[in-house]
Amino acid sequence: LLATTAWAQSRTITGSVKSADDGNFLPGVNILEKGTSNGTVTDAQGNYSILVKENATLVFSFVGYASTEVQVGNQTTIAVTLSPDVSTLEEVVVVGYGTVKKTDASGSLAVVSSETFNKGVVNSPQELIMGKTAGVSVTTNSGAPGNTSTIRIRGGSSLSASNDPLIVIDGVPVSNTNLGGSPNILATLNPNDIENFTVLKDASATAIYGSRASNGVIIITTKRGGKDFKVNYSVTGTMYTAPKKVDVFSGDEYRALMNEQFPGNNAVLKLLGTANTDWQKEIFSTAYGQDHNLNLSGTAKKTPYRVSVGYNNTDGILNTYNFKRTTASIGLDPTLLDGSLKMNINVKRMYNQNNFADQAAIGNAIAYDPTQPVYNGNKRWRGYTTWTTGGPEGNSINLAPGNPVARLDMTDNTSTVKRSIGNVKFDYALPFLKDLHANLNLGYDYSETKGHNNVRDSTQWIYLPTVAGGQINPYTATAKNQLLDFYLNYSKELPNINSKIDVMGGYSWSHFYSSGADSTMNQKSEAATRVNVYETEYYLLSFFGRLNYTYKGKYILTGTLRDDATSRFAPENRWGLFPAFALAWKINEEGFMKESKTLSDLKLRLGYGITGQQDIYGNDYPYIPTYTRSDNAARYPFGSSFYNTLRPDGYDQNIKWEETTTINAGLDFGFFQNRLTGSLDVYEKKSDNLIAYIPIPVGTNFTSSLTTNVGSMKNRGIELNLSADIISTDNLQWTVGYNVTYNKNEITRLNLSNDPNFIIPLGNVGGTTSGTIQVQKVGYSRASFYAYQQIYDTNGKPIEDAYVDRNNDGVINTSDLYVYKKPDATVYMGINSRLNYKNWDFAFSGRASFGNYVYNNVAANSTYRTLYNSMEYLSNVSKLANDTKFTTALNTRFSDYYIENASFFRMDNINFGYSFRELYKEKLNVRIGAGVQNVFVITKYKGLDPEISGGLDNNFFPRTRSFFLSLNATF
Amino acid sequence: CFSDLDTEPLNKRITTSTSVYKDPASFKQFLAKLYGAMTLTGQRGEYGQPEINAPDEGTTSFLRTYWSAQEITTDECISAWGDPGLTEFHGQNWSEQNGYVQLLYQRVFINIAYCNEFIREVTPRIDGLSESEQGDVKMFVAEARFLRALYYSFALDLWGNVPFVTEADAPGAFLPKQISRADLFAYIQKELESIEPELAAPGMNEYARADQAAAWMLLAKLNLNAEVYLGAGNTRYTECLTYCNKIISTGKYSLTGQYKDLFLADNDRLRNEVIFPIAEDGNNGRGYGGVTFIIHAAVGGSMDADGGFGIASGGWSGNRMTNAFVDKFADPSGNTDHRAIFYTNGQTLEIDHPTVFTEGYLCAKFKNLTSTGVKGQNPTFVDTDFPLFRLADVYLMYAEAVKRGGSGGDLNTAVDYINQLRARAYGNANGNIVAADLTLPFILDERGRELYWEAQRRTDLIRFGVFSGDAYLWDWKGNVKEGASTQTHYAIFPIPASDRAVNTNLVQNPGY
Repeated sequence: LLATTAWAQSRTITGSVKSADDGNFLPGVNILEKGTSNGTVTDAQGNYSILVKENATLVFSFVGYASTEVQVGNQTTIAVTLSPDVSTLEEVVVVGYGTVKKTDASGSLAVVSSETFNKGVVNSPQELIMGKTAGVSVTTNSGAPGNTSTIRIRGGSSLSASNDPLIVIDGVPVSNTNLGGSPNILATLNPNDIENFTVLKDASATAIYGSRASNGVIIITTKRGGKDFKVNYSVTGTMYTAPKKVDVFSGDEYRALMNEQFPGNNAVLKLLGTANTDWQKEIFSTAYGQDHNLNLSGTAKKTPYRVSVGYNNTDGILNTYNFKRTTASIGLDPTLLDGSLKMNINVKRMYNQNNFADQAAIGNAIAYDPTQPVYNGNKRWRGYTTWTTGGPEGNSINLAPGNPVARLDMTDNTSTVKRSIGNVKFDYALPFLKDLHANLNLGYDYSETKGHNNVRDSTQWIYLPTVAGGQINPYTATAKNQLLDFYLNYSKELPNINSKIDVMGGYSWSHFYSSGADSTMNQKSEAATRVNVYETEYYLLSFFGRLNYTYKGKYILTGTLRDDATSRFAPENRWGLFPAFALAWKINEEGFMKESKTLSDLKLRLGYGITGQQDIYGNDYPYIPTYTRSDNAARYPFGSSFYNTLRPDGYDQNIKWEETTTINAGLDFGFFQNRLTGSLDVYEKKSDNLIAYIPIPVGTNFTSSLTTNVGSMKNRGIELNLSADIISTDNLQWTVGYNVTYNKNEITRLNLSNDPNFIIPLGNVGGTTSGTIQVQKVGYSRASFYAYQQIYDTNGKPIEDAYVDRNNDGVINTSDLYVYKKPDATVYMGINSRLNYKNWDFAFSGRASFGNYVYNNVAANSTYRTLYNSMEYLSNVSKLANDTKFTTALNTRFSDYYIENASFFRMDNINFGYSFRELYKEKLNVRIGAGVQNVFVITKYKGLDPEISGGLDNNFFPRTRSFFLSLNATF
Repeated sequence: CFSDLDTEPLNKRITTSTSVYKDPASFKQFLAKLYGAMTLTGQRGEYGQPEINAPDEGTTSFLRTYWSAQEITTDECISAWGDPGLTEFHGQNWSEQNGYVQLLYQRVFINIAYCNEFIREVTPRIDGLSESEQGDVKMFVAEARFLRALYYSFALDLWGNVPFVTEADAPGAFLPKQISRADLFAYIQKELESIEPELAAPGMNEYARADQAAAWMLLAKLNLNAEVYLGAGNTRYTECLTYCNKIISTGKYSLTGQYKDLFLADNDRLRNEVIFPIAEDGNNGRGYGGVTFIIHAAVGGSMDADGGFGIASGGWSGNRMTNAFVDKFADPSGNTDHRAIFYTNGQTLEIDHPTVFTEGYLCAKFKNLTSTGVKGQNPTFVDTDFPLFRLADVYLMYAEAVKRGGSGGDLNTAVDYINQLRARAYGNANGNIVAADLTLPFILDERGRELYWEAQRRTDLIRFGVFSGDAYLWDWKGNVKEGASTQTHYAIFPIPASDRAVNTNLVQNPGY
């Protein structure tokens, strides 16, 4: 038989494969003798050699390039040039432990790349993708520079465990625990360095990250070096303004109001001053910021590199607030061992200095009596007007509002954060089996914070540890997280059976360690009784595997299995097995679809998967029975000695994985040669064994509430993403994107007895010692509001402290509270547009949110009752007090009157620019741009801003409206 | 790598339960927690590391929340804060959702769970200790049982029928069974009788630790209230007198010279009168509960927080008295009966608006100043101990038990005891009474005058049958200015809905 085969005139073909793109030789190109399983791969220099039969046809294929077939004929050397596959080149997306062509993806994922980013975002990378894709909501938490954002993918899946998505930066999953003094976990990244965000939404896409993926995954890929040497410099200058202030009574209005409310009451009226101070004007001012970024990229000695440095210095609109950040990042992508070892090396460093203004000044500026001047010339309180008894030099009234200007001037609250994230990835094509790749990823994420929150002495609002003794509060925090991933990847075309398989299996180890300390003493360094030191760690281990099977290039099956262990659970509950399956059918590849002129792309995706959650807040040892010794300020005396008390701590030896099961059905479509593309997804996410912090039967443990597995919750939703190239000519291009998400969250079970009346109160109301306004309750959306039902008079005005007796027992008490509305939006959408005309570009993006309610705590605190306090001080309030005219206000804070519809449309960003192309020997490109962020908001909400993460509006740091100018030069 | 998963706490203040008892100092530190949990709220001073979840950790203090339940629900106190839970307290219209009832309930049972753990874990380790340690630790266990009986007696008084757990119930996921009020009464009585010989002799233990006299006092109180707990006709006044006599006959106790000194920052000296205190210390035991709350919440208006009360950080303008209570004193100035320690400057007597602190007379009884006028160590956290059990109460119980027909005492002695209290209060014999004056209504009023703001009032009003209903109206009872009748079921608090939802064994008290 051998002889016969040899006799059939086999022949060795040699040659090389080049890229049409840049003329470089391509290593790793698959070469297959058509109709057989005989094949080879090009070496590091792009050369190959293959023994084939007479009249064979060779198929050359490579990811990202169009396959080419060549008839061998009588040739012995065949040189091939592969052209990039334009339809797929830009659509290779990063998924967990690998990449996939967008058209082959079987899970629900979305990519937001740098060209669609919101422009002018310089210090909070999350804002780059605000409103850009369905199912992802990004809410900035305040207007402070470098502030945090709350990101929710499909509503979040947990009650008490984390609802934050997993964020993976160039292969390093970063911990979502924020360090004290560090404003934002993503602030380490310079937005200019980011190439794209890939958002993995359903379980079939996220399951490979198993234990940390229940709330979705955001993979951030940074820019890499290219073939040509490039220098890029960009600068952005921004002016920040406060778009709106709380409408409070002016000095004159306040005097009039007080005389009307307390006619002839000299005890009250004598407290009034003669000034007209706009306290908000005293603490807010227009602020400026600058951001510079310089990067160099190219290829040196065949190693692509990119080096970037950035500097940002931004003041907050709240006086004294400042954020400074210096970043540096290096990315190297060397190829070694004749192309069989590819490496990616990333190091990112950040040095961040913050000067945090005392944000209590915001509430104080609303509450401070507008008839008082900023300074009244006293000696004892550093000259600042201060609420005192017995004249300006008297003792302070500590519970009265602090002078907002003094609060800012006298507070020294700074932190320095150093953070470094880095990794090295090895991708080694094994010599004996070129299709088998071994991958190793070693990463770290270290950060260190040092800071203090000090206040000068002789200030009224500091009375601990000693009255008016000021405060010295130094703190440090350290986090050291390490990561090791190892996996093997085998990819093989199986032409005999018209199939392709891609198998991956691996192991992951990560360690999370944090420690820190803080103490509080007065300015003389006395009375430092309260000292806190902590140190904690946990580990995650995982085994994972994935199989991708493609049949006829149009049926794709993906199976994923992950076995996770966490040190947070007892050995018998430690491991969780999380499977996922997905099926994709590229319908447009079917014969009956190929004729269609309108429909250019159609893919159906079905996915099912389970993911786990173990990210319990604040306790890395929840299953271990422990005892905690008290500090020296919580001791008890016996005789004349004090004893540190020893307490058994609450624990749950049975705590185990929370599991979220997601079912997803999606359709990706394209019309008119993909001029209109989009996707539609329907999903249901059901979390079981929900990790919730709930009251436990009294007497059974050493705590009143325990973090334990109880209950279930459901999220159901629909997402639609649309993108249309409305105009696409040489001179004019116009692209519009639109996305809309409907999400319904419902708690379906909360405790073992499933008592429908069981509630878990939450949402502390400002201005009370212990009132709450929200609940977790079965049958309702998470953190729904829980209030008295207000009774109104015939004019539609609320009647003071008159509520509906909802249970008809003749008594109005806490059993009449009812669930009314919820803070989460039911429907939210994003719209964005980009228009290019010759050298001009113009873009905008906006968001709308519907069905989200906010508890207006500022309004609830604004009643006439608040104007005068019997401790002998006055308080200003929002003019919303005129709407109610409440004077006694016993329970009015808990009225549903203050739960307002906060639906809104916000124009997030408008920007335009002009590009000078090919200047200076056609090598220099310059774009000059300008724009506005937070342009306008349309809402009926009566407070400052309707967009409040969590739904409790109490003295919100106003989001800024910012105007920016930028210049970006590439050489 | 798999062994990486077997982590243990790195924090030096946290020890696993398996190794904690290797250190013999642990026994006394754990005992300190059992006592400390009467006022402290967690393992970090001021706030932090609490055992009970609440928006304001201070409200999880046993003494703070127990005091509120015993005082704000009565004629002795009305709060100006307008917190929904407290408004329901004074209005006597609380529901099973009332947050303060829930916090108090959780606190009582957490403290019981701590006592159970102590008894369960420490008892089997006694044999392994040195002989000198054994005696001490045996007494610790007896004190843990006393404290458990004390906490159960509060549960008996506040809720009646409650979940019941002892050291036999290991911590974990189980549903405690409910015990009837009568069975709980019997259990407490039996426990106290059985530990009596193991406790220190009266006055012989370290300060702030319980002794036999504390156990007798608790037994006297139980028996005085037996009819409330066990139903009509089940009176135990004779037994009450037995225990009152045991305390008095030790000869260890006498009334302290000045009434006002009992509520000042150096009252830890007054072991002659105070039988069992809850100890406070402004440096070593900081928290926003306990007496810190009692003093701060009472201060406001034109009071001098610093000079007058030793709390330079200021008052919280919360608690003051009703007119009905002020009227118990014929002369509220304090010039006649020195126990009327009120503050009236800038205050109106009448309360038109419950949330306006300047309406109503203020109570200046508790201060963070010593008897010589020296301020406490800390301007916020007070040094003033709370006299939970004191001799004056024994005298009043004696008189009441005699009047209610108990045997083992006599009327003349009762009148003499009352006159000792009144002579101290008046500074002379002008306030003395004769046997005919010693009526039950007089005793209730006299208990108010002597023991106001000492967390006795709710229990007293219930025993006299005038807490709920319309037999006695005070201002803003039922949340109506003139006072209104309230439903009788409010004489027992409801089992909080939060616990009934998770423990299906629990049956709600009638009326809720």
